[in-house]
Amino acid sequence: MTNGHFARHEQHRGHLVSQRLAFTLLGLATAVVVVPVVLIFLYIVVNGAPAMNWTFLTSGPSMGGREGGIFPAIIGTFYLMLGTVLFALPVGMLAAVYLTEYARQNWLTRIINLAIVNLAGVPSIVYGLFGLGFFVMLLHFGMSILSASLTLACQALAMMITASREALLTVPKEYREASLAVGATKWQTIRHVVIPEAMPGIITGAILAMSRAAGETAPILAVGAAFFLPTLPTSPFDQFMALAYHLYTVAANVPGVSKVTIWGVALVLVAVVLTFDLGAIIIRLRVRRTRRV
Amino acid sequence: MVGIDKNILISSDGLESKHTKLRIKNVNLFYGNFQALRNITFDIPANAVTAIIGPSGCGKSTLLRVLNRMNDIIPNTRVEGTVELDAQNIYDPALDVVELRRRVGMVFQRPNPFPMSVFDNVAYGPRRHGKRRSSELADIVETSLKKAALWDEVKDKLQQSALALSGGQQQRLCIARALAVEPEVILMDEPCSALDPIATLKIEDLMRELIQNYTIVIVTHNMQQAARVSDMVSFMMMEPDRAGILVEHGPARQIFTVPKDKRTEDYITGRFG
Amino acid sequence: MTRVVFEKELRDLQDQMLLLGSMVEKTITRSIEALKARDLAAAKQIVADDEKIDLKRFEIEEKGIDIIATQQPMASDLRIIIAVLSIITELERMGDHAEGIGKVTILLGDEPPLKPLVDIPRMAEKATSMLRRSLTAFVERNLEAAKMIPAEDSEVDQLYDQVYRELLFFMLQDPKTITRATYLLWIAHNLERIADRATNIAERVVFMITGEYQQLHISKY
Repeated sequence: MTNGHFARHEQHRGHLVSQRLAFTLLGLATAVVVVPVVLIFLYIVVNGAPAMNWTFLTSGPSMGGREGGIFPAIIGTFYLMLGTVLFALPVGMLAAVYLTEYARQNWLTRIINLAIVNLAGVPSIVYGLFGLGFFVMLLHFGMSILSASLTLACQALAMMITASREALLTVPKEYREASLAVGATKWQTIRHVVIPEAMPGIITGAILAMSRAAGETAPILAVGAAFFLPTLPTSPFDQFMALAYHLYTVAANVPGVSKVTIWGVALVLVAVVLTFDLGAIIIRLRVRRTRRV
Repeated sequence: MVGIDKNILISSDGLESKHTKLRIKNVNLFYGNFQALRNITFDIPANAVTAIIGPSGCGKSTLLRVLNRMNDIIPNTRVEGTVELDAQNIYDPALDVVELRRRVGMVFQRPNPFPMSVFDNVAYGPRRHGKRRSSELADIVETSLKKAALWDEVKDKLQQSALALSGGQQQRLCIARALAVEPEVILMDEPCSALDPIATLKIEDLMRELIQNYTIVIVTHNMQQAARVSDMVSFMMMEPDRAGILVEHGPARQIFTVPKDKRTEDYITGRFG
Repeated sequence: MTRVVFEKELRDLQDQMLLLGSMVEKTITRSIEALKARDLAAAKQIVADDEKIDLKRFEIEEKGIDIIATQQPMASDLRIIIAVLSIITELERMGDHAEGIGKVTILLGDEPPLKPLVDIPRMAEKATSMLRRSLTAFVERNLEAAKMIPAEDSEVDQLYDQVYRELLFFMLQDPKTITRATYLLWIAHNLERIADRATNIAERVVFMITGEYQQLHISKY
């Protein structure tokens, strides 16, 4: 009897040890991921904070970007995000609706889904060149906010469709059945039950698409971003400034820009992206709370 | 004591005076190459409860869904034979399926209210059918909730989420939702299997009240429930090739006291397997 | 094999009923023997023993109610239980009739017999035979055998007619025999009722097997 007792104790100790080991490894892995991100963020904040002042944020650049502010870049980035979501959200959502609710699930739809997932991985400069050839030249939209938005929207589309598809697929089929059983048509069911239920996921996808658009440099390089514009854009066909491009330029191509300015631009860019991501989380939580109990 | 003829005894339910609401004739259903239902034929009388009973997997729910063509949403489904609703074949290609589903409503096994308010749940159907005026909708919602014996419990909570209700209340809400579009037939697929005994009995009482104005077809696993609640009973079984067949169909009193088929007898007395 | 407990309970119920049946059959036979032998002690015993029959009947009835409440019997199982509950009532009444015979035997005391008993024992034999065979038909689920029994009730009725006329003749001839004659008439009446009840049992067996109520024989009385 005593033997058994000790044997069990030994086993127990063995389990405890391996458990502790596993948790330690997991903790380390988390740290490896989180710590650099936090460090980078802190670095940006510390180095860019001195540049933050009212002039910086609200006036245009002067002296080739060495002095003055980045207001046009902020506005330009804002327009870009808006344009991206305006095009990507409806098209992406409706495409996802078609693929999940209407299309017959066969080899063709499977290939299409695979293609969409892969599109998300295409390098952004490729989108930029596509945008250049198609929107700027073929359709004669020129180097403009419109071209840039459409290009970024194409890139965002893949992610938008995937996110919407996921959201739509999580809507329980019981809701669809209940709606059909009451004599609603398929489209009524989708419009009044499925899409509203999938909204949190769809909106999250849209906001992530927007925040990504804020950070893209390569596509807008080819398609319309300018480094220095004297006036703000007044129509979609105007050229524009953008934060990401501005950062690239002052950091890599313009000599004599103060370090503080560069970090300042970086800080603003990061702040914009983080704000939108935060917004995504908040909206998602809000919508979930109003729909649930 | 004068001799009593069995037939008169059975018909004292008054069933012989009810006309036929649904006539199922030689229905065969296939999922691709697999036959799920074979040669089902029987009548469903109006203003009565018809129960479909049988062991698991014999096709009861499948048969129920034939009656409002809910099987159509499953790809590769093929139905042969006819189902007549008031003498009109519902599998006629020219028939408006959406209107059919308004006339033949369905309540599911697990209560599935929409994630909306109580009011919006009940008003959902009428809104989809074009009713817009809020006074009209309010009337419909109140009437339907009263018919489903739920009004008193929710009349002060109409704007609250339907998901806050108890299981039994949610199921009655689903019944009210079905009633709101003024159906003629209500199909119930094991409506009480997810509910506690008290909620179950409330819904059974509700069924007996509803047949004054509606025809009810219920699928149930629970023999005692079928005995308590139904006027007519259809007993189904699964053949070796897994196709579902109709073994016996008759008044509930007869099926539960003097079943004609030995298979029915064995199932009802629990001697199966 | 499903419902093992239920099967056992159902079988026990039927066995107990058969036990009651044999108790009643014995009592009837003993009552006629006591009459023939003018055995007053035996007759008193029969009267006392009727309580056992009553108790047994209630015991079986409780068991039947139990099974209905706990097992929710359906179809043929239900018909068996209902048949048993009806039959034990008939059996208990038969026991009462036999007790009645015992009481009359005591009343007759040691007065000289009016005539040798012929028809009355024959009635008793017929009645107990009908009882025995109706219970056998129950056990065997034998529809034909059960259906034959009610017709035999006519024979018992005829015997009763005969006894009645004979005793009437005695009473008209000699008023002093009236007391004894009416006692004997009462005994014959009890036997005729026993035969009727055996017929009822047979009808119950038919119901149990077919699910149909059939009036198989209408008694003259």
